[in-house]
Amino acid sequence: MNIHEYQAKELFDQFGVPSPKGKVASTPEEAAAAAQEFAGAKLVIKAQVHAGGRGKGHFKNGFQGGVHLIESPDQAAEFASKMLNETLVTVQTGEEGRLVRKVMVAEAVDITHEYYLSILMDRATSRPVIVASTEGGMSIEDVAHDTPEKIIRHHVHPLLGLQPYELRKLSAELGFHGEQSKEFCRLVAKLYKLFLTCDCSMVEINPLVSTPDGRVLALDAKFGFDDNALYRHPDIVAMRDPEEEDPREVAASEFNLNYIGLDGNIACLVNGAGLAMATMDIIKHYGGEPANFLDVGGGATKEQVTAAFKIILGDPNVKGILINIFGGIMDCNVIAEGVIAAAKETGLPIPLVVRLEGNNVEAGKATLAASGLDITSGDTMADAAKKIVAAVG
Amino acid sequence: MAILVDENTKLLVQGITGSFGARHAKLSLEYGTKLVAGVTPSKGGQTFEGQVPIFDTVSQAVAATGATASAIFVPPPFAADAILEAVDAGVELVVAITEGIPVMDMMRVKAALQGSKARLVGPNCPGIVTPGHGDKSHGGCRIGISPGYIHKRGNVGVVSRSGTLTYEAVFQLTSLGYGQSTCVGIGGDPINGTSHLDVLQMFNDDPETEAIIMIGEIGGTAEVEAARWAAEHCKKPIAGFIAGATAPPGRRMGHAGAIVGGEEDTAQAKKRILAECGIAVAETPSDMATTLLEKWGK
Repeated sequence: MNIHEYQAKELFDQFGVPSPKGKVASTPEEAAAAAQEFAGAKLVIKAQVHAGGRGKGHFKNGFQGGVHLIESPDQAAEFASKMLNETLVTVQTGEEGRLVRKVMVAEAVDITHEYYLSILMDRATSRPVIVASTEGGMSIEDVAHDTPEKIIRHHVHPLLGLQPYELRKLSAELGFHGEQSKEFCRLVAKLYKLFLTCDCSMVEINPLVSTPDGRVLALDAKFGFDDNALYRHPDIVAMRDPEEEDPREVAASEFNLNYIGLDGNIACLVNGAGLAMATMDIIKHYGGEPANFLDVGGGATKEQVTAAFKIILGDPNVKGILINIFGGIMDCNVIAEGVIAAAKETGLPIPLVVRLEGNNVEAGKATLAASGLDITSGDTMADAAKKIVAAVG
Repeated sequence: MAILVDENTKLLVQGITGSFGARHAKLSLEYGTKLVAGVTPSKGGQTFEGQVPIFDTVSQAVAATGATASAIFVPPPFAADAILEAVDAGVELVVAITEGIPVMDMMRVKAALQGSKARLVGPNCPGIVTPGHGDKSHGGCRIGISPGYIHKRGNVGVVSRSGTLTYEAVFQLTSLGYGQSTCVGIGGDPINGTSHLDVLQMFNDDPETEAIIMIGEIGGTAEVEAARWAAEHCKKPIAGFIAGATAPPGRRMGHAGAIVGGEEDTAQAKKRILAECGIAVAETPSDMATTLLEKWGK
């Protein structure tokens, strides 16, 4: 799950990670009040959407740019009125853009130097790794590719935790001195605490900046959270913004379906994540384009299949459906009955190919054949994939 | 021989009274697995299915029954604790079936396991099956949630991150008349106890295993490490499959570990490296067994 920039700032404030002053606003009046509160500082107003490239984006009402310097509370209100409840299109949003519901008014700080700093879970070592660079403010992938020697990686022992000497070492490697080095060490220690406490999979600050007045600040942040740990973080779950998510994925999650929308026209419904990915792959292999990833998990109840059908059929691109179930323990006949019930409830306006294998498969296939519905049976994954690709044409 | 477990392995199940644990413990009993104990805190003294004693702690269960392997069906918030309890009790093989354990919990568990003699398989895995010699492989050791009946005792080792793709491979092999030595599901999480490489090394040393199917997916570099080791050291033919060629980058595809982060952990990159290491890569998941048989010269 993703969070907004203003929510990231809230987390930073909570853990004492220094970042520029800022306040979120939902109306032009609130934006003006925030600008008034920070009067005297150089200020910037930023549209809040879960997408990058805001500064260079444009609004559908013709207003250019989702990030602007502001000179006065009046100007804050004026820009806010052009951004709020308007649709912002950036390189990351696609043509449809995103509706802006909130803006953030923040201090625009003077910058001495831009750094890169992130903490993430390193799979290869099963430890958190701190990644830092003196080359901040640009794509870290490019830095890693062009000048790999400028990327510093430091693994942290999971049981010992981050030690003070490790902070000093990292600080020295980045070239910090004196008081600013202490500022940096304090910031990283607090960030590491945030990373652990909030069960982050990643927290990335790009850029981390030093300022002429000796501060070290997190200027922009990106968070990733471990979905498995959200049960113990109701405060973070509350930050979720369903308006920013694919509505099909939101609907799917209500039925414990693991759904990810894609651009193709052949929908698939599969049990198991690995098999679901492999089913997408085999559709592509035989010349089709998968419309989604959909894992119904170990079950595949009538309710789940019906919900899945509704989500799939709600996608206007979908021209055919492939169901691939390996019913190892589950009775294939029960699955077949679920598929039939779902097909009857939702209607079946497009071709459906079902590949069932496993426990009591003969009965399941017989049930499908006797249903009177226009369901094509596939014997193997390859056979089923070829049939659905041919049916969609 | 087989690896990790055989028909004599004494198994205990942690979380045996939960609906998921109970269902699969019963299926293991029916498969002929030597399920000797269950553990559920505060339910010690009860009996499962009229024949398996239940204990409050793993230590009690091990002392009373001599169990050497544990299957963990404990819900995610309590699963890390359950793994550590099993290790503390001296269980040699801990198989964590539980899906959804926080990564930070697994990070600490894995660090705590350093230097311990216990082996952890999983979490978020289908478990381990060493098929038996009976009808539909009855009499083998089934730890976890795999369908036992699709197996057949034989000479192919299977290792996979995915449950249903393992079943798919096993089913293909059995349908073609080729049995399995042991099938190991290592799980779909980013931090797990046993890697592809660990299992390949065991298969390489196991006289009963003559050929290997290795199934992987996008995310991480575990398959690549295993393949590079195999190129140098593995004497046995290997077929591989990598799922997720069509997965968009940055999205978690069901498994917590199935997410493309960089250029190196895409399906395309992994397939290329596997092939360079002499592993026969199946074009589609339908061809896993046939690809192996061709490589194996069968």
